[in-house]
Amino acid sequence: MNARATDAAVQPTPPGAPSQPQAAAARAAWFAHPLARPLGALVALLLVDAFLVPGFFHLEVKEGHLYGAIVDILNRAAPLMLAALGMTLVIATRGIDISVGAVVALSGTVSAMLIGGTMVVNNGTPEYVANTPMALALAASLGVALLCGLWNGVLVAGIKLQPIVATLILMVAGRGLAQLLTDGQIVTVYYKPFFFLGSGYVAGLPFSLFVVAAVFAVTLLLVKKTALGLFIQAVGINPVAARLAGLRTATLITFVYVFCSACAGLAGMLITSNIKSADANNAGLLLELDAILAVTLGGTSLAGGKFSLVGSMIGALIIQTLTYTIYSLGVPPEVNMVVKSIVVFVVCISQSSEFRNILRRSA
Amino acid sequence: MVDSLRPVLEVTGIHKAFPGVKALADAGLRLFPGEVHTLMGQNGAGKSTLIKVLTGVYQPDAGSIVLEGRAISPRSTQDAQNLGISTVYQEVNLCPNLSVAENIFIGRYPRRFGMVDWRAMRREAAALLERLQIRVDVSRPLADYPLAIQQMVAIARALNTQSRVLILDEPTSSLDEAEVQMLFSVLRRLREEGMAILFVTHFLDQTYAISDRITVMRNGEREGEYACAELSRLALVNKMIGAPADAEHAADTVAAGDAHAHGDVFLRARGIARKGVLSPVDLELRRGELLGLAGLLGSGRTETARLLFGADRADEGAIEIDGKQVAFANPRDAIAQGIGFCSEDRKHEGAILALSVRENLILALQARQGIFRAIPFKRQQQLATDYVKWLGIKTASIETPIGTLSGGNQQKVLLARWLATDPRLMILDEPTRGIDVRAKQEIMDYVSNLCRKGMSILFISSELPEVLRVSDRMVVMRDRKACGEYRRGDLDETSVLHVIAGEGA
Repeated sequence: MNARATDAAVQPTPPGAPSQPQAAAARAAWFAHPLARPLGALVALLLVDAFLVPGFFHLEVKEGHLYGAIVDILNRAAPLMLAALGMTLVIATRGIDISVGAVVALSGTVSAMLIGGTMVVNNGTPEYVANTPMALALAASLGVALLCGLWNGVLVAGIKLQPIVATLILMVAGRGLAQLLTDGQIVTVYYKPFFFLGSGYVAGLPFSLFVVAAVFAVTLLLVKKTALGLFIQAVGINPVAARLAGLRTATLITFVYVFCSACAGLAGMLITSNIKSADANNAGLLLELDAILAVTLGGTSLAGGKFSLVGSMIGALIIQTLTYTIYSLGVPPEVNMVVKSIVVFVVCISQSSEFRNILRRSA
Repeated sequence: MVDSLRPVLEVTGIHKAFPGVKALADAGLRLFPGEVHTLMGQNGAGKSTLIKVLTGVYQPDAGSIVLEGRAISPRSTQDAQNLGISTVYQEVNLCPNLSVAENIFIGRYPRRFGMVDWRAMRREAAALLERLQIRVDVSRPLADYPLAIQQMVAIARALNTQSRVLILDEPTSSLDEAEVQMLFSVLRRLREEGMAILFVTHFLDQTYAISDRITVMRNGEREGEYACAELSRLALVNKMIGAPADAEHAADTVAAGDAHAHGDVFLRARGIARKGVLSPVDLELRRGELLGLAGLLGSGRTETARLLFGADRADEGAIEIDGKQVAFANPRDAIAQGIGFCSEDRKHEGAILALSVRENLILALQARQGIFRAIPFKRQQQLATDYVKWLGIKTASIETPIGTLSGGNQQKVLLARWLATDPRLMILDEPTRGIDVRAKQEIMDYVSNLCRKGMSILFISSELPEVLRVSDRMVVMRDRKACGEYRRGDLDETSVLHVIAGEGA
């Protein structure tokens, strides 16, 4: 009897008219989707561009290549997207990798130095000769990246250093090693086939996009079609319980750092190929921070656990679109950073549940 | 006598709904100054929710809270504490790396000329603890002291403000008998000072040892309020379950299914030990046998279990399975031999709170299969649905995060996690801790059945009657070593208590 009186008190709506709250619930569910916010932010940015940047959505085919602002943004975002993919998995295990930029510099340097290259004119036709076969050079540079990841992984999972400290070591040492290898000079590459990586086109689209798409697809498959996604989340949320349930927690954690460095290595090759040289001082500088930002913008919590690869991709695109917008609007360079930080601040705060609670309370 | 007074806290008609669940429906409570009032109910009866409403963690949908004649609506625990309602939670939420004094004064350090007045802080902390008759060095880190002292520090912290009401949410669940007595003497002193104490517990003995009155909750409602002396244990259990259940007797009939025949020795441990944790222990477990491990907290029960499961590495000794020597470097090795382990610390070592019931349930099976042989989604759903049905797990759906389930239901999911791996030996460390009478009963029935089907079980519990009731054989531990082994019927509760206490039986 008591209980029935209660029902009425809690649910004052008569049973005949439940449609309105249901519609509201459906709308709420749409807003509550973890990707709604990052996607909304990206769309908002693109709308701003559509109004303020003339011909922003204009695409045209020149010499069989697709040109346009959108393609440009995608192409330039490629290294960041790669780094963000790796970073997502690291962050999902409650970790962080701030050595990404250093690994970019190191792998780029290794590939540039091994390839080097000279143009030889043979009977009037130019030919390109690499110091080391390109496949071997790329493999070596990826190998160096993998070793970097292994180093990070062993420090974090084996010696149990805090991730930020463990990867700080490589952040300093990696770039230092790259500078040591190049004597602090920029190493220029003269080997045309290598340029294809960062500036070539396939089916009218930049080749780097295919690299990103392939890495994204492989990662997504690994996470969804194997138990990797579940295990990474379990380790990120509760490593002790995960170990007791029989997970190889140390191996898993090592793996994500190796994976993150591999992504950084690929990004390093794309960048080096794109600028046709390895700049150990500046290549990938602070890329790790943009990657962390991309992951955060994509809705993955730095506290570990649940993660979204698609979200991180969107996050990376937000950052690149923002950069593009700022440049094309002719915002003076000295204001640039401030504008960027304001937009990032707004996106981050829109994702904060605490902030939403404050809004709700004051409303 | 208490009725002649005005209640210090009166809560009426509290409603609170969560998406898909109605947690509280017309819940209420009256607390009088100078009484210990026990709040009882099964898991999911709404005790925790009610307390969270009182302490400002949740805002009620309807209802009133009147403190000393004034209607209040606390917005946060801090708010509640300022109003005079202090709480000590089940899990001690203090900072182990800070000193005892800092923990007591955290967030409100005494200041002098704008600087923290460390000397005053230490002095006052010591004085506060003195009131509870605890004498410790307050400048040492909290982690240096046993859990019982930490609990006292939590109480001292709660008492620091001018509190009229003290709420203790299952304060005794990780304390041993002597520590419980220590806590009770503190509570009695506070009661004499006129404090109104709300005590939440699952232990009937403790309820009767300390309470003046009892409020029973069922299905989010107040079932009734009783003077402790006028409510028999049987009647109390009755009211909690809401059916004419004589739980204690029903249990006997389950276990009365005599000592069934056991198979060969499945596991034999010879002198397994770990420095500073466990002195050499010998154990033997047959197929289909339920071996009880009794003893006080810290006697080496959990430590033994962890060595047998490879959670910790043994420094010496050897483990044989089916007569073959094995070495467990980690839990994986033990799981590969068909061993499962439900930890006593459900929240930190068992449940992965943000993951769903389904994900938690298949985790061990998936881990054993390996990362590349993912269990098809359909099969996962099937497994989860089946176990939810078989074990009577109350959850909105199999995709609900396990963290939103009540303790008993979380425990059932974790049990299912291991059952899904079809283990040959289950190690159950306090599987019934902090869960209600009925869930306890269901879990123990299920476990006994498994034994009959040939599974071996190592059962660890602080509740001696429970161990005596279900075990085929029992090993008593004391001071980090095994100090006696008994067959069913060899011993009764009192003589075991003597062994445990080390008074010689």
